[in-house]
Amino acid sequence: MSELNAVAAIAARDLLKFIRDPGRLVAAVVFPFAMIFLLGGTLQLNLGKAVGFNFIAFTFTGFLGMTLFQSTAQGLTSLIDDRQNDFAQELFVSPISRYAILFGKILGETAVAIAQVLPFVVFAFILRVPLTPVHVALLVPVALLSCFMGGAFGLLLLNTMSDSRASNQIFNFVFLPQYFLAGLLSPINVLPWYLAALSLISPMRYVIDLTRGVVFNGTPEYGQVVLAAPATNVAVLFLMFAVFMILGTTLFVRRETNR
Amino acid sequence: MPGAVWKSRRALFRLGGLTTPVIEVHDLVKRYRKATANAVDGVSFEVEAGEFFALLGPNGAGKTTTIAILTTTLSPTSGMVRISGHHVVREASLVRRQAGIIFQNQSLDMNLTGEENVRIHAILYHLYPYRPLYRFMPAAYRQQLRELADVVGLGGDVFKPVKKLSGGMRRKLEIIRGLMHHPQVLFLDEPTSGLDTASRRNLWQYIGELRRRQDITICLTTHQLDEAEVADKVCILDHGHVVALGTPRLVKSQLAHERLYIDADDRAALRRRLVELNVPFSEDGVFTVVLDGRTAHEVVRAIDEPLTLLRTESPTLEDAYLRILAAGDE
Repeated sequence: MSELNAVAAIAARDLLKFIRDPGRLVAAVVFPFAMIFLLGGTLQLNLGKAVGFNFIAFTFTGFLGMTLFQSTAQGLTSLIDDRQNDFAQELFVSPISRYAILFGKILGETAVAIAQVLPFVVFAFILRVPLTPVHVALLVPVALLSCFMGGAFGLLLLNTMSDSRASNQIFNFVFLPQYFLAGLLSPINVLPWYLAALSLISPMRYVIDLTRGVVFNGTPEYGQVVLAAPATNVAVLFLMFAVFMILGTTLFVRRETNR
Repeated sequence: MPGAVWKSRRALFRLGGLTTPVIEVHDLVKRYRKATANAVDGVSFEVEAGEFFALLGPNGAGKTTTIAILTTTLSPTSGMVRISGHHVVREASLVRRQAGIIFQNQSLDMNLTGEENVRIHAILYHLYPYRPLYRFMPAAYRQQLRELADVVGLGGDVFKPVKKLSGGMRRKLEIIRGLMHHPQVLFLDEPTSGLDTASRRNLWQYIGELRRRQDITICLTTHQLDEAEVADKVCILDHGHVVALGTPRLVKSQLAHERLYIDADDRAALRRRLVELNVPFSEDGVFTVVLDGRTAHEVVRAIDEPLTLLRTESPTLEDAYLRILAAGDE
């Protein structure tokens, strides 16, 4: 019970930091506006008819999955900031388990990522993305799974970073290719074999495809847009989450004490 | 109250002649990855319950590494370290419950208020359940916080954002946080670095009061040698080795002697007298006599010549410290 209290306190700290940061709050509103309204809108007008499906809905699902996944992963890097500001010392000398600390961080960054995508969903309704209350209800567990996956992925990456600057470089290197390999803005039904192989090991691919599987379910475009059945995506994400989480936590704890 | 319970338990141990060291360090070695030398190389010392222990040494001597191992944030390469009888590696969680730590670098979350920092600490140490707001926290927590804030002189400022607190106030906040879980040992890693003179004095006044009230064991690392003068025991580290260990008085007496400065109108007679007395002395404008085990009274009483100057100088811990480090460099 006390470990759960500690997890809640660590998670609440991250959400509180987000709410108190005006810059991040403004970015949370401006970013979806720019992405869906400007990018999605222009692509819909110029490419929508040619590709034969709703490009705004395609862009929305891509950015929704990407934001949930990437925001949680990047949020985990605040453990590096904490280490530099030495708040991590306060966490790591406390008697709670290291797993509780990391789970609290992932939960907190999940809450932040979900708070960040709420304006996304509002914009989607305004731009008439075909979302029903059932879609929104189904997107809740999808969002949680996407965030947990991002958190585990971020934890694994954390072990390769020494400071905030390194984290920015590594994140650019790791996430930018995934935008293309996961089909964030363009379909990836046809890829050369080497890019297809890279796409298969990109965690973002399964997050975005699962989001699209929910939103496009029952539409005529489903076969054109969605790569794999939602059950397959869920199974792959669970497997990746388990592997990344165990490996990431083990490496992180070892690195923290065996310097 | 937990302090009182612990005090009586300690008294019982002492009555039975069973004082158990609160901190036990035996042959501690730490070599960082890719390092070519040990940062801590065979360090051993013990600290009894209620003692004020000071760990001294120049930059890179191994003080912070030793403290990091004692507080479980770093694994030792070899050796045995126990805090309150608990092994720092095998029983790290139990050690963490016994220790309060004030870090060398500030470890507060600048995005939160002082109270929110303390609340997170209290929850991490399993003292109280999590509540999202201060007013929902148990009454016992609110009372404990107010009491500690008043004792350190922070008062209502504890509710301000940490960003708006001065350096001295932040240190006080860290002390409140470090004491919330009634630790048996309080580790202070250069606690006054970056503080102005008034804040330093206030901090030590409070720590002195704390020792009188709770009989807490204190382990201090510092570069301010005057802060260690009042310690029960000091340990001087250099290049990862213990180069001096004992009471400040013992360390001073072993490495730096009391001096007597005298002079007389008849300097030749005074010189002859000092030679007869067989005391080591030097002349540099005045006569400097090293009181190697003698008292100033003994020496002065044996001199018949009228003196024009009489002054004694007791060595400080800083004198002894500098001699030790100079000897090490030679």
